[in-house]
Amino acid sequence: MVALKPTPSKYMPLDGANSVSQAMRQIDPDVVAAYPITPQTAVVQNFSQYVADGIVHTEFVPVESEHAAMSACVGASAAGARVMTATSANGLALMWEMLYIASGMRLPIVLTVVNRALSSPLNIHCDHSDSMGARDSGWIQLYAETGQEAYDNTLQAMRIAEHPDLLTPVMSCQDGFITGHGVERVGLLPDDVVKEFVGCYSPKASLLDVDNPTTMGAWDFTDYYFEHKRQQSEAINNAMPIIEAVSDEYAKLSGRPQPILDMYGMDDAEYVIVVLSSTAGTSRAVARELRAKGQKVGVLKPRVFRPFPSAQIAEALKGRKAVAVLDRAISFGAPQGMGPLFTEITSALYNEGVSGLKIVNYIYGLGGRDTLPAHIESAYADLEQVSDAGDGGRKVRYLGLREA
Amino acid sequence: MAERIRVNLRDIINNEDRLAPGHRLCAGCAEPTVVRQILHAIDEPVVIATATGCMEVSTTVYPFTAWRTPWVHSAFENAATTISGVEAAYKALQRAGKIPEDQVIKFLAIGGDGASYDIGFQFISGALERGHKFVYVCLNNEAYMNTGIQRSGATPRGAHTTTSPVGEVIQGKTQWRKPFTKIMAAHDIPYVAQTSPHNYRDLMMKAKKAFAADGPAVLNVLAPCPRGWRHGSDETMSVAKLAADTCYWPLYEVENGGDGHIATTVNYKPREKLPVSEWFKTQGRFRHLFRPANAGLLEEIQAKIDQEWEQLLKDEACSAQ
Repeated sequence: MVALKPTPSKYMPLDGANSVSQAMRQIDPDVVAAYPITPQTAVVQNFSQYVADGIVHTEFVPVESEHAAMSACVGASAAGARVMTATSANGLALMWEMLYIASGMRLPIVLTVVNRALSSPLNIHCDHSDSMGARDSGWIQLYAETGQEAYDNTLQAMRIAEHPDLLTPVMSCQDGFITGHGVERVGLLPDDVVKEFVGCYSPKASLLDVDNPTTMGAWDFTDYYFEHKRQQSEAINNAMPIIEAVSDEYAKLSGRPQPILDMYGMDDAEYVIVVLSSTAGTSRAVARELRAKGQKVGVLKPRVFRPFPSAQIAEALKGRKAVAVLDRAISFGAPQGMGPLFTEITSALYNEGVSGLKIVNYIYGLGGRDTLPAHIESAYADLEQVSDAGDGGRKVRYLGLREA
Repeated sequence: MAERIRVNLRDIINNEDRLAPGHRLCAGCAEPTVVRQILHAIDEPVVIATATGCMEVSTTVYPFTAWRTPWVHSAFENAATTISGVEAAYKALQRAGKIPEDQVIKFLAIGGDGASYDIGFQFISGALERGHKFVYVCLNNEAYMNTGIQRSGATPRGAHTTTSPVGEVIQGKTQWRKPFTKIMAAHDIPYVAQTSPHNYRDLMMKAKKAFAADGPAVLNVLAPCPRGWRHGSDETMSVAKLAADTCYWPLYEVENGGDGHIATTVNYKPREKLPVSEWFKTQGRFRHLFRPANAGLLEEIQAKIDQEWEQLLKDEACSAQ
C-alpha cells in the first residue's frame, strides 16, 4: 500500500553507522550474524544493544570471523529467515568466498559496507577498494552520500533483495568515518510505516520446511553450471526496473527523492564530475559556487553501481564538453591504473554508442586522504583544458596526491 | 552414569533411509553407512549442513539428490557455521510465531577430517563456543580423499598420501595426528565421542546422546576409505574393527553434565589389545612401515598408541572417582 502523501520523518542527530542500526531495528530481521571491524563496528554494536534490550526479536549470532558471519547468514537465509549483516575492508575481503555463494544461491541478504581501504598497508580510513573489489560478486550495490541515504538505502535494500523476481543480495555502502562516524540530521520514518514498507518475507523454499525437504547448494557439473550462471546474470541485469519501483514507492512514502542518478546542474552543465558517495556533497558545494559565478558545471552521482545504470549514464553524459570521473579505488593493472567507475563508464559510453566524449579519470581520497573543495575546483578547471586541448594522453590523474 | 539407550535393529529396518540409495560414493566407502546409522538413531526431523567433500559431491549431483531431509551445502570450511545460521533462524522464527513452538527440529553438520581438523577448525570452535544446539560429525577417513588422497591434520604418522609420499629420505607423514576429539572435549560442551561404524550399537547410542544433549555435541567417526587406505572394498568394517582392537581408534565418550563433573568413559576395551602393526597390515598406505629400515618408526608409533591408551584409561578412572 502506498501512502497518499509522504509520512513525516522524525529527525534526530545520528552518525551514518547508527542510522543503519536504526534501520535494522525497524526492519527487525530474524537473524544478524556479524563480527566487529573498524569503522563498521558501530553498526552491530548499536544493534546488539537493541537485542539486549529486547527491542527486536532478532537472533544475534556473534561469530568468530567475517567469513563465519556470511556463512551463518547463508545458513539462516536458506532457512527462510530475513537476514542482515555489516562489515568493512578486510572483513569484506575475508567474506569473499561467501559473497559469491550467497548470490549464487540467490539468498536475499542485506550487507552494510562501511567503506574502508584494503590492506596492505593497513589503513582504517575510507576508500572504495573493498566494495569495488566485490563488484563482480553478483551483489547489487548501492552507494550512500549521507547518513540519511544510508538509512533510506538500507530500507530499500531489504525490499529489493527479497523481490521474488530478483532474490539477490544487496550491499549497501557508505563512506567510513566521513559518513559512518559523521553526525548529521537524519529523518527516520515511523516504525510501523517501515514495518509495512518492508513487509513479511515468505520464501518459496526453506530448510525449516521439514515436510518438504529441499536440497540447497547442490553440486553443479559441466551440464548445468553455465545455465545457472546465465540465469543469475539475467536476474541482476533485469534488476533496474525493480530497484526503480522500490525507489519510487519509498520516495512517495518518505517524501525524499530516490533517483538512480542524482543530478546537480545537469540541465545545462558543460563540465561534469561523476562521483560516488560522500564526495558528491563536496563536489555539489563547489559546483554551486562555480555556477553562481556563471560557470556551467554539474555533478552526477550514481546511487546504484550494480547493476550498472549504463544507458542512463551514457544518456546523461552525452554531448557534454568534458567529464571527470572520480574514483576512490584503483583497478590495479587497468589501462594507466584507471578506477572501476571510470572503466564502467567508458565501457557504457562505447556500448551505448556515445563516441568522442572527452573524459578523464581522477583517483582521489585513497586511505581516507581528505578531498577538499580546492581539489574539486582544480578538476573543473582541468576539464576546460581537456575540452579545448584534449587530455594529452593522460587519462588518469590524481587529486590530493603528493608527487615528488 | 547416563541411562542405557537401546538400539533396536527392527526399528532401523522399518524406518525409511533419509539418505537414499543411488548416490555416487565409492563401493566400500564407510561414509554413507555412518550417516545412515546416525539418521536412524533419531526420529525427529533433521536439517543437515554438509561441508564440501566426498559426501557432498556424491549425494547432490544436480538435478538429483540423495537426501530425503532438508540439506544445505555452502562451502568447505563452514558446515558448523552454516548450521549455526539455520539453528539461529529456527529460534528467531519460532520466536516470531512462524514455526510452531512445539515443532522440534534437530540440526546436524557433517564434514570430513580436512574440513574438521584443518580448514574448518576455527569455524567449529566458534560454533561450539556460541552454544548452538547441533551435532557436528567428522567423517574421518584421515586424508583429503575428495581431491585424491592428500595428508591432513588427521593423517597418522607414517601414512603414505600424495602430499606425504614415501620417498628415498622421507617415509610418509612425519607428524603425529592432531588430537581432535580431545580438543573438542576441551570446549566443555555437553557431549563429545569417538566412534566407528563397525560397532553400530556404539555409534547409534552416541548419536542418540549427541542429539539429546542440551547444547553442541561432536562425534568423531572413523570412516575407512578403500581408495585412500588401499584395502579391499569388502574389508571396510573389518578394518574399522581392527582400529578399535589395536586401540589405534579407541571408542570413548566425554560427558559434561553441566555440574562441573566431566566424565570420560571408554566404551570398548579389547579383551586382547592387538599390536598396531596388525591394523597397518590391512592397508597399503602403511606398507613401507614393514621395511626393516622402518622398524624404529613402527616402534615409535606403537609406543605413542600405548601411551595414549594408558592416558585414556587414566582419564576414565579419574572421572569415575
